Amino acid sequence: MSAPNPALTKLLATDGLLEEDERDLAAVVRRFGDEKLRPHLAEWFEAGTVPARELAPELGKLGLLGMHLDGYGCAGSTATQYGLACLELEAADSGIRSLMSVQGSLAMTAIHKFGSEEQKQEWLPRMAAGEALGCFGLTEPDFGSDPAGMRTRARRDGDDWVLNGSKMWITNGPVADVAVVWAQTDDPSTSSGRGKIRGFVVPTDTPGFEATEIEHKLSLRASITGSLAFTDLRLPGDAVLPEVAGLRGPLSCLSEARFGILFGAMGAARECLEIALAYAESRKVFDKSLSGYQITQTKLADMAVELMKGTLLAIHLGRRKDAGAITNEQVSVGKLNNCREAIKIARECRTILAANGITLDYPVMRHANNLESVMTYEGTSEVHQLIIGQALTGESAFR
Amino acid sequence: MNIVVCVKYVPDAQADRTFSQDNTTDRTNVDGLLSELDEYAVEEALKLAEAGEGEVTVVTVGPDGAAEAIKKALQMGADKGVHVLDDAIHGSDAPATSLVLAEAVKKAAGGSPELVLMGLASTDGTMSVVPAMLAERLGLPQITQLSSLEIADGKVTGRRDSDAASDTLEAPLPAVVSVTDQINEPRYPSFKGIMAAKKKPVETWSLADLGVDAGQVGLESAWTKVESFTARPPREQGEIVTDEGDGGTKLAEFLAKAKLI
Repeated sequence: MSAPNPALTKLLATDGLLEEDERDLAAVVRRFGDEKLRPHLAEWFEAGTVPARELAPELGKLGLLGMHLDGYGCAGSTATQYGLACLELEAADSGIRSLMSVQGSLAMTAIHKFGSEEQKQEWLPRMAAGEALGCFGLTEPDFGSDPAGMRTRARRDGDDWVLNGSKMWITNGPVADVAVVWAQTDDPSTSSGRGKIRGFVVPTDTPGFEATEIEHKLSLRASITGSLAFTDLRLPGDAVLPEVAGLRGPLSCLSEARFGILFGAMGAARECLEIALAYAESRKVFDKSLSGYQITQTKLADMAVELMKGTLLAIHLGRRKDAGAITNEQVSVGKLNNCREAIKIARECRTILAANGITLDYPVMRHANNLESVMTYEGTSEVHQLIIGQALTGESAFR
Repeated sequence: MNIVVCVKYVPDAQADRTFSQDNTTDRTNVDGLLSELDEYAVEEALKLAEAGEGEVTVVTVGPDGAAEAIKKALQMGADKGVHVLDDAIHGSDAPATSLVLAEAVKKAAGGSPELVLMGLASTDGTMSVVPAMLAERLGLPQITQLSSLEIADGKVTGRRDSDAASDTLEAPLPAVVSVTDQINEPRYPSFKGIMAAKKKPVETWSLADLGVDAGQVGLESAWTKVESFTARPPREQGEIVTDEGDGGTKLAEFLAKAKLI
């Protein structure tokens, strides 16, 4: 179990940048993590699963699911408050934060932003309460960073839509009640015959929907990941998200999730550093504390510097977002830096814990492994470098 | 039903707790919080209020920081708070605390409350006597240390578990009831609760507001006082017994040396 390290807290001094309600929220989520998550995480990670359906109502009661959305049972928080909740959940485990992100930032945000009133009424209150779980199907087996190439097709058949195709790396997929699925539509009036990419609200009990759990993951093991397959899956005409067409739809949801991650990653980093500090103090090497050696202090100092920079960046971007002024490029700066530095911190902490660091008795290698996924999903580090590069040069170098 | 919950702001039991120079609990250099055992009383009050009509008022007696304890209870869902704050209260013992609480509870309830709920004990003083003292001062029946609680037909009924037996106790309302940590699972403040608490009313009363004479409370008037204290010695390093076929014998020798066998 981690405990706040007073010296680290004093050095970071980020509390002074937060409002009282923001600090209170963070404290509640941290305590929830201490009591409901941390005691079980090693076991869940080892078993390669998480009781998502039991945890979701608890996260719902806390008001964390879709918390930054307004109305429909959602809490209507600020972006910074949402970010801090992500940070504290990810301090426990990236898989738990993923559960919250996919539910709130991806599935619920898609319905909230682009759904019809009926779709919102049907799904959002239950999803906010954690009674219904959602997933978000964009990535495909052969199309990750280039979603425009997706092969999943939605064909019009009278008033109905018929879906065929597959999605991969879908968090919550096998336990979801509803999937927001993005698919290529047909349009015979265009020269390619292709229309816009559209989003569909798909109840997972629709005939033709199949979810298969992805096993043998070495990362995000306390998270349920699946592949989705759609075989002549027939949907009524009103299953389409009416308010958006084109990749702008899913990409704007991803930007929301990326924002949560840039806070969350610093939670994972803080947890590792707190553990490493406590370990280095108690571990005796040649009759003195490991923390008394210059080489350890060099590591600790460098990690604290990066943790402080990343946390300040997160709060800065939170304030920008709350002011309505954040850009996608700035979110990319945060996601790129904070994931990259968090995984470095987790790995460096592992060296301080030495052999003990490789076990599930301590969370550092679990965090390091999780962060491999966190660096990859919602835009790989390379994609974010290209987004920032384009912003700086005006030249697109994606392809 | 109007329920008053008495709560205490205590130094965090996870931190290094100590005494101040005047041998009273150090409440300034250690982070404080709502006594965790009081969360069960707050939760029970919220459940009763949610099950019917009612309002939950949280009362605390304590220094400036005690406002934190009220805030936490309001974030959990209580409706309003009362903070009795007066420098003269510093160093009060249990009889004096119960005197102040009695007047505060009466004033908060506008006469007699229908139900007063309290925790099993504070996590700093851990005396468990204030509920009984408060009941005596209010002239109300008391049932303490309940692990279950029901309100029906103007009566409170509940179970008190002890080592040898479980008693079912009953008292007419109004009554003072203390509850254990077995009675429920306190809720976490929700995000909405945190935001709503900012708008809930909290009154701050002095001893004069309660008509309590400062001479009846505080360190000088206390019936008991701490004469001296010594820090607990640091925990000694454990001894590892390596089993080389004679582990049982070594273990027995260790226990004999400690006079445990």
